[in-house]
Amino acid sequence: MIRTVQTNVIISNIREMCIEANHYLSKDMDTAMKQALITEESELGKKILGQLQDNLGIADEEKIPICQDTGMAVIFLEVGQDVHFEGMNIEDAVNEGVRQGYMDGYLRKSVVRDPLERENTKDNTPAVIHYAIVPGDKVKITVAPKGFGSENMSRVFMLKPAEGIEGVKNAILTAVEDAGPNACPPMVVGVGIGGTFEKCALLAKQALTRSVDAWSDIPYVRELEEEMLDKINRLGIGPGGLGGTTTALKVNINTYPTHIAGLPVAVNICCHVNRHVVREI
Amino acid sequence: MDKYITTPITEEVTADLHAGDYVYITGTLYVARDAAHKRMMEVLDRGEELPIDIKDAVIYYMGPSPAREGRPIGSAGPTTASRMDKYAPRLLDMGEKAMIGKGRRSPEVIAAMKRNKAVYFAAIGGAGALLSKCITKSEVICYEDLGAEAIRKLEVENFPVIVVIDREGNNLYETSIQKYRKI
Repeated sequence: MIRTVQTNVIISNIREMCIEANHYLSKDMDTAMKQALITEESELGKKILGQLQDNLGIADEEKIPICQDTGMAVIFLEVGQDVHFEGMNIEDAVNEGVRQGYMDGYLRKSVVRDPLERENTKDNTPAVIHYAIVPGDKVKITVAPKGFGSENMSRVFMLKPAEGIEGVKNAILTAVEDAGPNACPPMVVGVGIGGTFEKCALLAKQALTRSVDAWSDIPYVRELEEEMLDKINRLGIGPGGLGGTTTALKVNINTYPTHIAGLPVAVNICCHVNRHVVREI
Repeated sequence: MDKYITTPITEEVTADLHAGDYVYITGTLYVARDAAHKRMMEVLDRGEELPIDIKDAVIYYMGPSPAREGRPIGSAGPTTASRMDKYAPRLLDMGEKAMIGKGRRSPEVIAAMKRNKAVYFAAIGGAGALLSKCITKSEVICYEDLGAEAIRKLEVENFPVIVVIDREGNNLYETSIQKYRKI
């Protein structure tokens, strides 16, 4: 059975999701931030985490975005193969939702039309849209506005298979250490392992949209997530990069089959304002 | 140590600011980031005057979100300072005494800070809503076409920052992590 979905429903949902993501942390992130305040050992680190709690309270009560970098809108659309869109071109609909959200929500317009000519588009479009066609008749939308303080510190490493798991661990630690205070720690570290050059980067981005209160289903990947979170928090970078035991709140790793000759690893770093809102229509 | 200072930031003020001090600033801050810095360099290259009075000034690396009705500004936290490293030494040599941002600075910037007795403060990255509450007035003074990247003049009250690099070149990012580094 084909199910018809009106594109104006997509527009209004994306509009709301852009505004929601920029004013409230999702529950998993909120819990992780509160937990960090309890476990942080540095006095200055605790003070900074306390101020970040105050910041979240003000954002919520006074409708001021949590961070002024309200991001480039990254949108994942998982479209059931039995869905038929009616109305406008789906890409135009997504961008219209982003435009309305950023205009009506007093969000910053941070997108330039051309990477070298750099003229601001003044409505934060276009979004970066990743489509997937999946079984069923639903549309799952994930809105993940991404700030560039941390995006700029992200890396892709094309390792050799012989470098193995130690190479992967070194790549993750190198990226996090280089990011240091620039990426607004405490950070969330999204890692993609496998696939091709572009696939592993996408895996890392998708890893950031996973909940920070759940580990990988794959036993060895879960172990790696736990080990890397522990190692990263021994780097000493801490809240604001000013020393402490909370450098990362979570490491999420996604994997995919790869080529016999390759071991791609991508590390996508996100600040403590790790925004991801999901709705199913 | 907590310290309260007012602008302008003179050499007498920076003499008493040390890496690790928690400082509350009251007075005037100029706001500029990538595109505004690029334009200021072009202005100087043409031999024209800067649009701001740089002597003993503080530049805050920031691009705010739009203000809601009745508020002076939207969310207003720091951006990554290293993107301004290419431009900062020239402004420091012209009298700029303090920069507010987040993240590491280049050896060239630190050398220019020592040469000119200037300091680098970090504000808390990602605390834009909280920091906006310390801003009482915001006015775009030039380059309005740059939108969020226009040059602004802010009035602030007890704006919280931390001295990360002082005028001797002491660097809190390097010293503070050692105690917690266990790898």
